[in-house]
Amino acid sequence: MTEARRQKAHVRFTLNGEETEVAFAPHKTLLEVLREDLALTGTKHGCELGECGTCAVLVDGRSVLSCLMLGLEAEGRRVETVEGLATENGLHPLQETFADTGAAQCGYCTPGFLLVAKELLAQNANPSRDEIKEVLSGNLCRCTGYVKIYEAVELAAARMRGEEAELPKESVFGYE
Amino acid sequence: MSKNRNGNDTKVNGADVQVKKDLKVVGKPFRKVDARSKCVGATKFADDIALPRMLYCKLLRSHVPHALIKSIDTSKAEALEGVHACITGKDLPIPYGILPVSQDEHALCVDRVRFVGDPVAAVAAVDEDTAFDAMNLIEVEYEPLPTIAGIEEAVEVSEPRIHDYGDHGNVHKLVNLEFGDMDEGFAEADIVREDVFFYEGNTHLPMEQHAAVAHFDADSKLTLWSSTQTPHYVHRALAKTLEMPAAHIRVIATPNGGGFGGKSDPFNHEIVVAELSRRTRRPVKVTLTREEVFYCHRGRHPVLMKSRIGVKRDGSITALDFQSFLDGGAYGSYGVASTFYTGALQTVTYEVPRYRFRGLRAFTNKPPCGPKRGHGTPQPRFGLEIQLDKVAEQLDLDPAEMRLKHLVKPYTVTANYLRVGSMGLGRCIEKVVEGSDWKNRFSGWDRQNRKLPEGRGLGLACSSYICGAGLPIYWNNMPHSGVQLRLDRQGGVCVQCGSTDIGQGSDSVLAYVVAEVLGIDPFDIRVITADTDLTPVDLGSYSSRVTLMTGNAAIQAAERARELLTMAVAEKLSVPVENLAFAERRVFDVENPEVGVTFAEAVVLAESKFGTIGTVGSYTPPRSPGRYKGAGVGPSPAYSYSAAVAEVDVDTETGLVTVPRIWVAHDIGKSINPLLVIGQVEGSIYMGLGEALMEEMTYRANRNVVHKFPSLLEYKSPTTLEMCDVVTYLVEDPDPNGPFGAKEVGQGPLLPVMPAIANAVYDAVAVRIDEVPITPEKVLAALRAKQQGKPARFGPASVPEVAWPEPLKVLTPAEGGDGKEMPRVAVHS
Repeated sequence: MTEARRQKAHVRFTLNGEETEVAFAPHKTLLEVLREDLALTGTKHGCELGECGTCAVLVDGRSVLSCLMLGLEAEGRRVETVEGLATENGLHPLQETFADTGAAQCGYCTPGFLLVAKELLAQNANPSRDEIKEVLSGNLCRCTGYVKIYEAVELAAARMRGEEAELPKESVFGYE
Repeated sequence: MSKNRNGNDTKVNGADVQVKKDLKVVGKPFRKVDARSKCVGATKFADDIALPRMLYCKLLRSHVPHALIKSIDTSKAEALEGVHACITGKDLPIPYGILPVSQDEHALCVDRVRFVGDPVAAVAAVDEDTAFDAMNLIEVEYEPLPTIAGIEEAVEVSEPRIHDYGDHGNVHKLVNLEFGDMDEGFAEADIVREDVFFYEGNTHLPMEQHAAVAHFDADSKLTLWSSTQTPHYVHRALAKTLEMPAAHIRVIATPNGGGFGGKSDPFNHEIVVAELSRRTRRPVKVTLTREEVFYCHRGRHPVLMKSRIGVKRDGSITALDFQSFLDGGAYGSYGVASTFYTGALQTVTYEVPRYRFRGLRAFTNKPPCGPKRGHGTPQPRFGLEIQLDKVAEQLDLDPAEMRLKHLVKPYTVTANYLRVGSMGLGRCIEKVVEGSDWKNRFSGWDRQNRKLPEGRGLGLACSSYICGAGLPIYWNNMPHSGVQLRLDRQGGVCVQCGSTDIGQGSDSVLAYVVAEVLGIDPFDIRVITADTDLTPVDLGSYSSRVTLMTGNAAIQAAERARELLTMAVAEKLSVPVENLAFAERRVFDVENPEVGVTFAEAVVLAESKFGTIGTVGSYTPPRSPGRYKGAGVGPSPAYSYSAAVAEVDVDTETGLVTVPRIWVAHDIGKSINPLLVIGQVEGSIYMGLGEALMEEMTYRANRNVVHKFPSLLEYKSPTTLEMCDVVTYLVEDPDPNGPFGAKEVGQGPLLPVMPAIANAVYDAVAVRIDEVPITPEKVLAALRAKQQGKPARFGPASVPEVAWPEPLKVLTPAEGGDGKEMPRVAVHS
């Protein structure tokens, strides 16, 4: 091991609402720091090259690919991962609808989608299907064909607006 | 109840539950039992596992496509601080492979490398960076060999051989099967046509890269956690290659972050980390990079095809003579089975009274091909469904009507001895025809009076898929799936089964089925799966076998448990056993529902009477009527059916094809959970769309046979912006062999997508693209050819000339055959 790798960086930031301090080799990405040094393995990786959206987290409320951000850059920032979405009051509406509609099949891309969708709904409480597609176009999913993901985002958006919404019958049982 | 082909009543499994009362769980859109864990980031995938003192492994892979290994020097790597072990091929000399007939892989290459990406050495070090540095210090001296980069080349060039086994030269496998009198068949035809097609290879691209953690503990027991679809086969491969008793090895398949067939082989990295852990006595982890996943591959075989079809004026097929040429890549993998699959299922959709299949699989210096969603059947289905479109045009028939008239009848045996059960394809076709307004929007073959504007088109295609392979991969008489059920005195129910959840919801299916039989809530049940120490064997998540086979095994185990509980409760309540029903967590008298006990009380009564309550169930598929050599691939307990209509827009300036919508109908038999069924249909349409328009594994053939774009960015797959709308219809034609009548859905609905899109492109702009992916340059080339008065087509011109072996001849059932091959008679003319 080289001397540079032994020399640890020391960073403080807000992680899922809690003040966090962590020491790590300075070349590590935020993704690696979260998974390896903070044991928050909910954030996944699909390429580690910024190509798939799987590792998306929110930094100061904006979605960021954690594989392209150095852990050092998190100093003083507010980082939110999938582990921070649920509260004592239960799951976030997006988590609820992703689970209930089958938007999470293998579940590997799900954390990234959840955080990008959360950012979208914070900016636009009633996004159209096309707006959802546009915003989620940087996240790849190989299982669902995205359809149930759109439906889960739309359903969560409606519920967050206070509407009593359910999936359309044809999304659950197919068309007549 | 359904009639089987002898006209007898056949029982739908679980039917006694179905007829006694309304189904409470089956058919309902429950969320998956593990869905919330996945949405809070709590599900532990293989790379999420970290153990104390864990070492990290890196594999050094060949950068040359074909070479002899002259020497490997690991001394510099071993001297690096933090490196704990370094191994090469001589440390793991025993070959392995998924099929008994293709034990042609080594965990690390022993004396030669066969493709760029073949692993030659491995290191274990304190962290990933050190392992990476050590890997780069290993020195390998190669002596290059000529490379084989494609099917035609492999057929022509027999030396050097990539493997020293196989039919000859670089031909791995040759098949020649003939069912019925082909000359008679073609003589009966009004038209005979020959068409040639090419299906480019593509890969699974699961979002999760393969990962594995091995721990060889102080008591000399090995545990391997791995993102595998087939823990049972990994278990066998580890025992063989490590020369350890299987009883000392535990394989745990972690939830797979997508599989699609790409995690179905035992992999070199799994064996390597096990060996490194045995040497270091510390846990060892490996996680592949995305680039390595591309080179592991085992995906869709590139297949060149020639189909000769004889058809009468009414569109009925009189004979079909199909040839396929598979580019297998560097190893056997599932390839022999893949080869047979390119010839097996052509007969189960439309009546094919006489059928011939010739197949060839070649070895080439490319990443090995294997099973991807649809395993060996998307390629021939692509060819056949386009050819039928051409036949319909030639005969001036509506392609939907033509197909509807000549469907295989339910509960019959095909010319190649596949026993078809329930068959809902007719209703599927009707659904998509109606949904797409086909009759008012498909123009037929009259290009002067089009119903849609030029550039927009509709295309239809159909397909069928197996619900589990009828035979196991290695020959044995044991069940294909086992379930163990434990009931504890607090009312807890635990289902244990070797199946692996790869996202399709197989854990949930176990819970739903058991909950239905025992009258409890699926969320009351704990499901333990894919652990060779804790769960009975299930062969794995492949061939769309899991719902049918584990579902039936689970029904049997649950019915046995219900019987014990029934006897104990009947005695306690002095109620006849036949009066007792299980529902809403109670066991009660149907005639007097307030008389009853809770489910937990019922377990206490049963445990008091019989002792600890545990039951088992297992499932073995019915024996196939085919008895000829090669009859092992294709038989299945049931066949699912799908039909699709695709709508496309073709830009004649750019050649770009976009797909706004696909209508798909799938004969699921019976939905165990319609929401999850629709999820599988939509996912299949998505993956088919990618294969149709953009996905391809292509190599720089004469420049080192390296992959052109082994990255998620450049290997194009559909994003939200390319994905089409999907209109899904579920057709339920219960199959007597399915649990509650259920059939598969994970693979079948992918199959009609590619030919439906190709047929729609023809409707839109009158050019035939007989090859996937249908890229803009191919469309433009075909449009240009049309303008120049050449055939308005893009696709291969011919297939290689091959000296096929003598056909194995089998009389069809209609000819009075018994399923066996006819004795070979030497004929001299």
